[in-house]
Amino acid sequence: MIPGNKRGPSETANFKRELTAVIPHLRAFARGLCGRPDMADDLVQEALLKAWAAQDRFEPGTSIRAWTFVILRNAYLTDMRRNRFRGEYDETVAERILVAPAGQEEPIHLADLHRALQTLPPERREALLLVGAGGFSYEEAAAICGCAVGTIKSRVGRARAALTAMLEDGSIPQRSMDDAEAHRAILQELDEAAARQEEPAAD
Amino acid sequence: MAADKQKVGSEKVRGHRAPEKTGQAKPEWADGLRALYDSIVDEPLPDSFKDLLERLDDPSLNGSS
Repeated sequence: MIPGNKRGPSETANFKRELTAVIPHLRAFARGLCGRPDMADDLVQEALLKAWAAQDRFEPGTSIRAWTFVILRNAYLTDMRRNRFRGEYDETVAERILVAPAGQEEPIHLADLHRALQTLPPERREALLLVGAGGFSYEEAAAICGCAVGTIKSRVGRARAALTAMLEDGSIPQRSMDDAEAHRAILQELDEAAARQEEPAAD
Repeated sequence: MAADKQKVGSEKVRGHRAPEKTGQAKPEWADGLRALYDSIVDEPLPDSFKDLLERLDDPSLNGSS
């Protein structure tokens, strides 16, 4: 195990405070990624432990949200490879936990949105989550995913087009996780992620 | 952290970056996506996380060997 604590007590305390503050964001990102609140929280806990162990690699002053998202994402991809999240989306849970935004005349049913999101291929879903929900720039999202900015733009564009089509038609297909093309994309992502696994915060 | 959480529905003060340059208007559901995210961010932290944070100070977690 990697010694987690080469820095002084005050730096450790600062790190812990920052880590604590970012937990709600990790939970939101994880739930968007894997769709299930219980598994999302497991994933966040796993990521927190990894982040804690790797705290010497975090550069104070940089974005801890981006740094921990990389760790969370790698944990998710690893778990996906073990099939942990495939086909386990629980719609009734989503219905219960989601709330509609106040003050919209005809609110889009957030459960529909959530479900539509879950039908997207994972790499497009995460790109949209980072940019459209998390408020990251394309550049930041590209750094988190370890891909080119243009790739992120393309993924976000495709994700948006797919969601718009689904929500306008009111036809939200089943999850695409068993879809051959989506699956291939996942596996490719996994390979890329595995190559970077050791260096969650490179650059 | 509070600074980047704008309330949904107020178009002028969105915490979002500038709209992407693909030329498409922001789809109707874009606020919903942000609302989904923010609704989770605003949830109270489950006790399991508080427990975990307490355990982080346990020296046995910090690679004592």
